[in-house]
Amino acid sequence: MDYFLTEEQIMIRDLARKIAQEKILPVRAELDEREEFPWPIIQCLAEADLFGVYLPEEYGGCGGGCFELCLAVEELSRVCGGVAVSYAASALGAFPILLFGNEQQKERYLPEIAQGKKLAAFALTEANAGSDAGGIQTTARLEGDEYVLNGTKQWITNGGEAHIYTVIAMTDRSKGSRGASAFIVEKGTPGFSFGKKEKKMGIRSSATRELVFTDCRIPKENLLAKEGMGFMVAMKTLDNSRPGIGAQAVGIAQGALDEALDYARERVQFGKPISSFQAIQHMMADMATQIEAARALTYAAARYIDSGAKDVSKVSAMAKVFASDVAMNVTTQAVQILGGYGYMREYPVEKMMRDAKITQIYEGTNQIQRNVIALSLIKEKAQKR
Amino acid sequence: MKIIVCIKQVPETGNVKIDPQTHTLIRSGVPSIINPLDTYAIEEALRWKEKLGASTLVLSMGPPQAEEALREAVSMGIDQALLLTDRRFAGADTYATAYTLSLAIRKLAPYDLIFCGKQAIDGDTAQVGPALAEHLGIPHIAYVKKIEDIDLQKATVRAHRLMEDGYEILDSRLPALLTVVKEINEPRFPSLKGKMRAKKLEIPIWGADDLGAEVANFGLSGSPTQVKEIFAPPARGKGEILTGEAPLIAQTLIERLKAQKII
Repeated sequence: MDYFLTEEQIMIRDLARKIAQEKILPVRAELDEREEFPWPIIQCLAEADLFGVYLPEEYGGCGGGCFELCLAVEELSRVCGGVAVSYAASALGAFPILLFGNEQQKERYLPEIAQGKKLAAFALTEANAGSDAGGIQTTARLEGDEYVLNGTKQWITNGGEAHIYTVIAMTDRSKGSRGASAFIVEKGTPGFSFGKKEKKMGIRSSATRELVFTDCRIPKENLLAKEGMGFMVAMKTLDNSRPGIGAQAVGIAQGALDEALDYARERVQFGKPISSFQAIQHMMADMATQIEAARALTYAAARYIDSGAKDVSKVSAMAKVFASDVAMNVTTQAVQILGGYGYMREYPVEKMMRDAKITQIYEGTNQIQRNVIALSLIKEKAQKR
Repeated sequence: MKIIVCIKQVPETGNVKIDPQTHTLIRSGVPSIINPLDTYAIEEALRWKEKLGASTLVLSMGPPQAEEALREAVSMGIDQALLLTDRRFAGADTYATAYTLSLAIRKLAPYDLIFCGKQAIDGDTAQVGPALAEHLGIPHIAYVKKIEDIDLQKATVRAHRLMEDGYEILDSRLPALLTVVKEINEPRFPSLKGKMRAKKLEIPIWGADDLGAEVANFGLSGSPTQVKEIFAPPARGKGEILTGEAPLIAQTLIERLKAQKII
């Protein structure tokens, strides 16, 4: 399928593909096995300017948007979902600054993120605040020229490895979700430490940690937007980043189909390659069709966001839901096509199946996404009356 | 400091096929790349540029499409590019190629260093680099696996030259030409910004008239060696497998080897 990419977009896709093939493919199994953060690859992506594809040129980026980010994420995910999320999570951490930061904040933080010199991370989730982000218990109290943060964030992607964290904390608990605010916290700030590194089912080369704030003092200037806007910052950030999860899912699924197709053409049973059997053919046809549909929806959502549209929650959620369900389905089918080999760690598809699962969970579970979609539908209908 | 890197565009030989009739490479449908060993030369130039500050220029002689290879070098971070292309350059052997490059480089003087890959993966001669240095009348160090130091004040370079059984440490005055082996570094990927700059960069093209020499010295007419015939060597016959008791096999083997005067 031709998505009529510009010359620049083709460059981004091809460069990400080249790095994925030459740098990530040879080490992905080992990174997964050892749960090792892929610093040398991050370095390589940084030197290739890929961390800046979605950031404006005035902050050292390449001037693209959500769509350019999706192209890079898809190519990296096609080879390794774990490496890809470490890359994409930096964008997730940068979006609040890009969307809500003032000029000083953008100038201070975005160039280093664009150059990949520093990774970013986004911290919303807590032990008791997952889908219900209103349940956040981390607090930020203004004392003179400083905010004092207390509390623990959970399952933060790039936790410990990133340098710049955008953190959602309550400035006024009596106001519920309207009492949340967003802050920039740098690694190394006294009172800011990291909890244990989680052991995960998939995306195992990525780092997932707790962020622990104990009387952590940050300058007042590190407040993003205004007090009370934290929840909005978080929701708008996720609206912008969800097509990236769609792209990750599309990439993982495509990688699994690539493997299944190669295997089916080589594996001989009953004297014929199994690709000649209709049972296998129909599975592969469905996988390819689903992937293309997921890709088309993801690209459309990303391009809609880049057009400057305001009502992006619905399409953004649709792209994430559809693509991640496709990824889970396609990777499961890929394991099935490879049979016993598919179940073994020696072959890459079982990892892809493990990696795919998280795309249905993080950045808002698919159940929550369906709520978002349904609410938008009802709201749209009501507005037309 | 000014560094010139000489590169060659070659067919990607990973999946190249030979025409059984003509015994030449089937070029159609085969992508062209920068000669892999030349990418180490590009990387080394970029590293010294970053370390000491330098202007870098990449130079190639080849058909007009060799411009793609030059643009790729620019996308890795090389500043400028120059293409030598002219029908009269065609058919050049290593001597005529080195001669033609030397005329261009004389016009680019002054320069401090010239980097080349040790050889091209299509011709495999490893002659152009050293021959170019001879044409220019400058010293060269071939098979460099490490550059220990470049001293611009004293105008010297110290390099480790890879040998079959170790390495030599050589000092040379500048300007000098170095051909590099793959042990020297790990070439970087092009960057997006580099690619965008490469896309827009104006690449000058010089032909025979720009170099101002006897036309007879270029290309096929300027080449002392000519390809008479290209053939695929006959496939090796099947080996013979001796069977039976070990002492008897050993006996037979010794007799055969003696008969062939190997032992």
